[in-house]
Amino acid sequence: MTRDLLWRGMLAGILGALLATLFARGFAEPQIDLAIGFEESHSAHHAAQEHAGPAHAEPQEKDLVSRETQKGAGLLTALALYGAAVGGIFSLVFAYGYGRMGHLGPRSFALLLAVVTFVLVVVVPGIKYPQTPPAVGQHETVALRTAAYFGMIALSLGAALVAVRVRNALARPGRGFDATLLGLVVYLGLVGLGQFVLPTINEVPADFPAVLLWKFRLASLGTQLVLWATIGLAFGLWAERVLRRGRSPR
Amino acid sequence: MAVSAAVFDDAFIPVEGGNAIPLEDIAPWAVLGALLAVIFLYFVSTEQGAFSLFQGMYVHEFVHDGRHLLGFPCH
Repeated sequence: MTRDLLWRGMLAGILGALLATLFARGFAEPQIDLAIGFEESHSAHHAAQEHAGPAHAEPQEKDLVSRETQKGAGLLTALALYGAAVGGIFSLVFAYGYGRMGHLGPRSFALLLAVVTFVLVVVVPGIKYPQTPPAVGQHETVALRTAAYFGMIALSLGAALVAVRVRNALARPGRGFDATLLGLVVYLGLVGLGQFVLPTINEVPADFPAVLLWKFRLASLGTQLVLWATIGLAFGLWAERVLRRGRSPR
Repeated sequence: MAVSAAVFDDAFIPVEGGNAIPLEDIAPWAVLGALLAVIFLYFVSTEQGAFSLFQGMYVHEFVHDGRHLLGFPCH
């Protein structure tokens, strides 16, 4: 049964990636183009200042892959790989949690799980380390930023696990609500502590347009929301069928 | 539960032979799924950024927009 759920989860992730790509094409790519324009004019300006000669904006990596490919096949591939990966993991958590974490119906449980995952993996880590468009962020710190970002995601997930354990340990009959609130406090406390301890990263150029940054981040969140909503809804529908059919012949 | 059942009309369907999928059934697929996920995520998020398995910047540039949108540090 897990096999059927796993590949449906990956498929739901790829379907979500297709829709997310459409969304990103419409709402995020215009912001990325503007940010790249800012980056290029900025580096041309700098080159002109430093060399006091004809501005030769570094050819950089830009020519390796055309913008058209980055916006099309590249974007779709990146989101599809991400969707398949998180969709697969999502289906495994579903397989474990279904019937173990309460007795919700499969579609409700899948949607709830998708909402919780979106908050834990996208929203909460994004508060400390928000998504950044091109032209924001320095080459030298990419390793630190990558480690810190993954650390923040791991912290958010780990804190959620601890919170669930605390909640279950404290739960008394008729007092589940209180235990859930306490679990929530534990989660917020652990995440807050982690945010305090993890390094602060502020590499937004002083003259980077604030509105562009906001629009990019909103579009980025929207892209993730489309992905996770699709996973939650599509996987729930497919999981219901798998469960109705019962154990499949191997 | 009662509210969700009333609103979503989505009843719990028992798993054949119990209330949950047995761990023995999940374990091998969990290994496969986790392995695939790590490989996929590595190429989307980190290859030719913080680490490089392959020379050049082609992978980085190809997934460039997705990497920015998904919040991974790009460059």
